[in-house]
Amino acid sequence: MSASVDAAAATPVPTRRSRVQTLRLYGRRLLRQPIATVGTVIFTIFLLMALFGPWIAPYGYEEQNIPDRLQSPTLLHPFGTDNFGRDVFSRIIVGARGIFLLGGTGTILAVLMGTTVGLISGYFGGLLDEILMRLLDVLLSIPSLLLALVLLGTVGPSLLNLILVVAVLYIPMIARVVRSMVLDLKTKEFVEAARIRGERDSYVLFREILPNALPPLLVEASMRFSYSIFLVASLGFLGLGVQPPSPDWGLQINEARNYLEGAPWMLAFPALAISLLVVATNLMSDGLRRVLQPGREDS
Amino acid sequence: MATLTGTTPERDSRTVLEIEGLSVAYRTEEGDIFPVRDVSLTIAKGESFGLVGESGSGKSTLAMGAIRYLAANGRVTSGRVLLRGQDLLTLSDKEMRSVWGSRVAVVYQSPGNALNPSIRTGNQIAEVARIHLGMSKQEAHQRMLEMLKKVKMPDPESVARRYPHQLSGGMLQRCVVAQAMMTNPELLILDEPTTALDVTTQAVVLDLVAELKQEFDSAILYITHDLGVVARVCDRVGVMYAGEFMEQGAIHDLFKRPLHPYTLNLLGCVPHFSLGPRRKTLNTIPGFIPRLDELPEGCIFAPRCSLAEPECRVAQPPLVRAGEDHLTACRRWPVVPTPAAEHMATITADLMQARGAAENSLLEARDVKKYYPVPAQGPFRQDKRKVKSVDGMTIWIDEGRTLGLVGESGSGKTTMARTIIGLVEPTEGTISLRGEMLGPTTRSRSRDVLRRIQMVFQNPDASLNPRQTVGQSIGRPLALFGTPRDEIPSRVLGLLEAVHLSSSYYHRLPSELSGGEKQRVAIARAFAAEPDLILCDEPIASLDVSVQGSLMNLLTALQAEKGTSYLFISHDLSAVQHLSDWVCVAYLGYAMEWGDAGDVLNPPYHPYTEALLSAIPIPDPDVIQKNIRLEGSVPSAVDIPSGCRFHTRCPRFIGDICVEEEPPWREGEGDHWIYCHHTFETLVEMQKETLRLADHDHGSPGVEVQV
Repeated sequence: MSASVDAAAATPVPTRRSRVQTLRLYGRRLLRQPIATVGTVIFTIFLLMALFGPWIAPYGYEEQNIPDRLQSPTLLHPFGTDNFGRDVFSRIIVGARGIFLLGGTGTILAVLMGTTVGLISGYFGGLLDEILMRLLDVLLSIPSLLLALVLLGTVGPSLLNLILVVAVLYIPMIARVVRSMVLDLKTKEFVEAARIRGERDSYVLFREILPNALPPLLVEASMRFSYSIFLVASLGFLGLGVQPPSPDWGLQINEARNYLEGAPWMLAFPALAISLLVVATNLMSDGLRRVLQPGREDS
Repeated sequence: MATLTGTTPERDSRTVLEIEGLSVAYRTEEGDIFPVRDVSLTIAKGESFGLVGESGSGKSTLAMGAIRYLAANGRVTSGRVLLRGQDLLTLSDKEMRSVWGSRVAVVYQSPGNALNPSIRTGNQIAEVARIHLGMSKQEAHQRMLEMLKKVKMPDPESVARRYPHQLSGGMLQRCVVAQAMMTNPELLILDEPTTALDVTTQAVVLDLVAELKQEFDSAILYITHDLGVVARVCDRVGVMYAGEFMEQGAIHDLFKRPLHPYTLNLLGCVPHFSLGPRRKTLNTIPGFIPRLDELPEGCIFAPRCSLAEPECRVAQPPLVRAGEDHLTACRRWPVVPTPAAEHMATITADLMQARGAAENSLLEARDVKKYYPVPAQGPFRQDKRKVKSVDGMTIWIDEGRTLGLVGESGSGKTTMARTIIGLVEPTEGTISLRGEMLGPTTRSRSRDVLRRIQMVFQNPDASLNPRQTVGQSIGRPLALFGTPRDEIPSRVLGLLEAVHLSSSYYHRLPSELSGGEKQRVAIARAFAAEPDLILCDEPIASLDVSVQGSLMNLLTALQAEKGTSYLFISHDLSAVQHLSDWVCVAYLGYAMEWGDAGDVLNPPYHPYTEALLSAIPIPDPDVIQKNIRLEGSVPSAVDIPSGCRFHTRCPRFIGDICVEEEPPWREGEGDHWIYCHHTFETLVEMQKETLRLADHDHGSPGVEVQV
């Protein structure tokens, strides 16, 4: 053994494929799927709108101009104006922020907590698994919008509460996905090999199991995000979302109801924004699955 | 490309399938690849043609391309396929559908997947006759029963009423064959039909295939990687390599006098059953099958060939006629050596000869039992019974030696290994390492104890973490067991070198490795801990023969160098004989026979060992083996038969004593133990008798077979 080690010491350890190369590989795989690429591009545009909205928007979202109220789309106001003469286009751009803040942060929180629950539940099993899963079943058994209304009705619709509600609603789904991955992975020989070596549970969970559960988890997270767009918009519609005068797509739709005949654009464009973002996110998560887990697509 | 001008056998009325210059292409992300290129073959009525090759040789693609049953990205690019003179490649899709299932039938590897689990077996088989032969329900049912009788199915009426999950693997495969034969097809394609089965079941299915030839006059195309299987059931053989035929010929000619170096090498990779000294280095083929997008110039085998000359790399040699019915693609075929002793299981070095007698016992597992609860059938139907996976097995392993643990699936061998290493807690029994009692689970064992026992798993695809590089996988045990951080990379390189992998593998991910390479990394990871004992759970079972040979060589060499003990678990008796000093034969969680490998694998045997041995397909068509077949499958481990647990299947069954009384452990010469009601003397007598029957003078070189 020692002789071969000496001989090998002369051989330099080859350098590893860098992260940049891996990302490039993912990029190439993504570009091979035109539809997913379109989805990703649209998603990115919405994300940029959320980040830089107030600086991109041609008008201030609160800027009221009563004489110009309910104008149909023109070059000056591409999506028209609403009942207070505010520019619908600007309100949609800035409104993306609320969606991403509530839906995005809520989803991330749900992923963090759901993953923890799923890992613990799947890995340790037994009574703990039983208790955690039955608790999640209780959450799952209540229709999500109803649950959100009850929770918000109790604690009040503050920004933090909205984020927490989104998280609580999606924890069960994420936890179930992670748990089923763990159940599958923990019987794999490489995990048994780690147990045979006497690795600590934390090492087995975070180094052996979690990295392999990550691709499906990312796909699930992006699916959850697209659901959360609907949820946030619905809450906004019911007046429980971002509080006015901050723009909110759901709220915009609610306000537009009264002007449906005279100013249909007030309803059409926020609705279009919601569907476009949802479809784009779905296309992206579909593509994400093929990029991260090639050869496992179900097509 | 090779042409066959002047070498095509004349088409006569007996010719059923004629493939001429067939090429198949697959569309991939990197452009078209050609897994089958310009191949030709003919099969006559009632003849069975063996298509042999390692994985990736294109054997299945050839067969599926010929009957136009390719995946969506595959297509036939050139050639003709004549089924009784009719060109299948010119037929419309609709016409092809009537050919499939009626004139051509296919039997696949896994019988469990071939049948619909929600339809009764009989109805599925009968359906074929209703669709393709237009029979009424009554007629189809009659024909189905008739077919099941023809495939020697015991009690066909009850089998027909059962669902597939209620049948054993061997019975299922018989059903699938019966289904295939319903229309009396002109061509029957068998694609590795026994690979998923136990060796004893395989023997039964192979007998069935051999009988099919008498019962029906279909032409049979038999696809397999196992030369032993070919020798048992085929009349003619074609050896494929990377999409082309290397050699074609009648079975006896090809085995006795291979005219292509690749065939010769393949025969040398297989451990042959012999009485001579064990632990010889097996022949292996250097290098790998070329990638289909990087095929070498000239002869595609030249880069790995020991006979290659510069001219071999210039132009691709055509298949030439080298005998009456013998084609070879080697331009140097006259100088291909005759398979002599040194080519069959070569004696390059007997690595184990020099060492002295084993001094100390390393591991002792005594009276180990592992019972699992039977899963409850419902909330109110708790089952108090137990699945007795391991039922009182005792084994010893000496320092620096190998114990081979053999048995069919369900014999408890894997559970035994998992109990020893602490992955499952034994229900009863003790395990001690160098006299020190070990805790029942990994959690209760000290880090040093954990280091001293390592394991190599069966499935190479699952034994490495897909997200960790080779370097990380091998480096982790080093770090865990106290190697200083800065020494780890050089130690990993040393281990890679020990398993014959270059340093370029350091940063590769498992997805970039072949099965054999993965298994080498797994072996390096096991050795990284510098263990006293490595449990090898069927480490080579899922690999190609040439890779199996090189891994066995590697395990032998590493043992000679480091003095590590092995527990080698396998269902393959030739591999066990090749690697083991001691052998333990297990059945239903209990040892049946145990002793020195030479004693166990030579007569007198325990009746179970005898049956296992006679089931091994031997890669020599001239060997006549004893015809001992075990009917049915291993009984359920929930209801272990009374008395001798083997009595329900024993070919040497005596009578009530076997059912009522547990047999004694009988001691033979030199620490050889048999658990049987027969005495050594009666076993010697009985086995001599059948031996004489089987002791046909075959005169084949280098292979001494006593089974």
